Amino acid sequence: MNPPVATPFFFYLLSATMIIGGILVITRKNAVHSAMALITALLAQAGIYLMLYAPFVAGVQIILYAGGIMVLFLFVIMLISIERSEKERQFNKQWLVGIVAAAALGGLFISVYTKGKSLFPEGRLFYAESQNTQAIAGLLFDQRIGMYMFAFEIASLLLLVAIIGAVVMAKKRI
Amino acid sequence: MDAMLHITTLHYLVLGAALFLLGVIGVLTRRNVVIVLMSIELILNAVNLNLVAFSRYWQGLHGPMALHGQVFAIFVITDAAAEAAVGLGILIAFFRNKETVNVDEVNLLKW
Amino acid sequence: MHDLIQYIQGYLDSDKTPGGAGNLFWATVYVLLVFVGLSVAVICMNWLERKILAHMQVRLGPMRVGPHGLLQPIADALKLLLKEDIIPAEADKLVFWIAPFIVVLAAFTVFVVVPFGPTHAITDMNIGILFMLGVSSLSVLGIVTAGWASNSHYPLIGALRSSAQMVSYEVAMGLAVVSVILMTSLNDQSTGTLSMIGIVQAQQAQGIWYIFKFFPLGLVGFFIFAIAMVAETNRAPFDLPEAESELTAGFHTEYSGFRWSLFFLAEYSAMIAVSSIAVTLWLGGWLRPFPNLLHGSTWDLVFSLFPGLTFLFLAGITFFNVVRMPKHPLFKIQTMGLAGFGAVLGLIGLALFVPPVRDRVGDIFWFSAKVAAFMYLYIWYRGTFPRYRFDQLMRVGWKVLLPTGLGLLVLTAVMGMRTELWSQLQEVLHR
Repeated sequence: MNPPVATPFFFYLLSATMIIGGILVITRKNAVHSAMALITALLAQAGIYLMLYAPFVAGVQIILYAGGIMVLFLFVIMLISIERSEKERQFNKQWLVGIVAAAALGGLFISVYTKGKSLFPEGRLFYAESQNTQAIAGLLFDQRIGMYMFAFEIASLLLLVAIIGAVVMAKKRI
Repeated sequence: MDAMLHITTLHYLVLGAALFLLGVIGVLTRRNVVIVLMSIELILNAVNLNLVAFSRYWQGLHGPMALHGQVFAIFVITDAAAEAAVGLGILIAFFRNKETVNVDEVNLLKW
Repeated sequence: MHDLIQYIQGYLDSDKTPGGAGNLFWATVYVLLVFVGLSVAVICMNWLERKILAHMQVRLGPMRVGPHGLLQPIADALKLLLKEDIIPAEADKLVFWIAPFIVVLAAFTVFVVVPFGPTHAITDMNIGILFMLGVSSLSVLGIVTAGWASNSHYPLIGALRSSAQMVSYEVAMGLAVVSVILMTSLNDQSTGTLSMIGIVQAQQAQGIWYIFKFFPLGLVGFFIFAIAMVAETNRAPFDLPEAESELTAGFHTEYSGFRWSLFFLAEYSAMIAVSSIAVTLWLGGWLRPFPNLLHGSTWDLVFSLFPGLTFLFLAGITFFNVVRMPKHPLFKIQTMGLAGFGAVLGLIGLALFVPPVRDRVGDIFWFSAKVAAFMYLYIWYRGTFPRYRFDQLMRVGWKVLLPTGLGLLVLTAVMGMRTELWSQLQEVLHR
């Protein structure tokens, strides 16, 4: 089994892309620029999934998130005339309280991760990802080890409800 | 320095936490509804990253078929799609009514 | 020097793709080869499209620029590079600049997993076909942003129509692809595969191209995909979003010069990419025709002569046209150029007869020949069919192809599991 190539370099590159993309999402006043920064962050996230030996989740992320949800966002941004909102105030009145709350949450994260650092050693074995899709399919559909079949069916029902809900919400006259 | 060069599960968790914080800041401080929805997508992505990182750790412990975290992440992505669709539908309905995309002007129930 | 040849030969005898072997150098070499090959293919497609459309419309096409217009694509490329770069006044400059790059990126990244042979791919991802479908759906983003950034209503309507069309036909494409993936799981372990090389190897193991499997189900799946892929790449007869008489070139109206050539490059690359998906999934990828019916070493030899014979045939056509060139002294340079081109083709053909080259090139040749057949079909559709109106287009995508795809999926699953289903039915009836 070949060890992966230049893991720290790619990890820091992709995580820098994601964090910069995230910062651009929450600070741009033009919504289309935010959407494009989010697309970059999502594609970098797919790269990180590939580094975590999860190619199927990476593929699903590219198709659904970057190629589906973000197209939906861009359509809606274009359909509502959002240029007027670029000249208004961008951050609301309670921005300071929001930042303080987020800082408190950040402090909580830091304390959890510094105290619990020893609980997460690295994954010790490199399982090749050549059977990743088959393993996920096993967990979903297999007779002996599959345990997520019910959740799968419920997810399809959820999507049906979401489709009907979105159509009804966006109609002019019901 | 060596701790920074050897990428462990903790690195991915810290990255997930950072993204989560960025998403929370976006939700709490922005006025534009579309950007709030995009920050919610950032939060969901941070959660997914945590799930997949833990799934890799769990796979190291319990064998090559123990990919529960990845299956969960797929379900979270499906949920995010459904929620984005409904959220944007609500946004369109509200925009048609009030011609604004700012969350703090949605105050019809305010006493 | 001898070490270099040894190293190259040692590599070529391995049984893994560069990505599978973790070999960065060879992966880079393959990436450059695919990039160069794709650019050459797009240039050839440009010339071929103009000539073949012209001959279908009983005219001659470009004849002046080189002999029989062979240098026309190069002249077009030079013209596009030297044109003035116009950006509309109130356009969003950053997004306007990025949009062609997104489309080109999506169209070129797809070729990372395209298999030209059992080890001739840049890498063989476990999720090969999913990756190809996903990355080609990223080009919708580029089109939407291109239309919006142009700040003008023709591009905006063109972009929205084009992206709605692409998204609709992606669903039909996905269903046709899933029915093929079901067919790959009909082996001993009952495990299918999403990897492109695995799909072709499954066809090889099951001894049948999937277009003929469970006749007519494979054929219906192939037709669904063939129609959906033409709509996916915005080509005739589904090219309303970029039709000149309706929308003055749709989403790339405001793009001029080099940026327009990027869109054009991305469109042809996307055509080649979806054709390679169709070839890999239904037409057996790199497998030669009739591997079971005409098997044995003599038939192998006969089929391995095809690459060289094809190039010699093309060289023969070129020399025939050299003889037919007008005998006027002003045509001397063109005649010499055409003869030189014919000589190059002949030399390539003769080089492909050499046994070591012949064995290795067979896979790549059959794959490229099948993709070339699809390219000809694309040009043929453009010359033959009238354009679909937008509502008819959406109707076909959602109301015709989607139900057909779903029915095909169910029928393929039933046909694949027919023995188990039959025994369970017997058990229920005889209880």
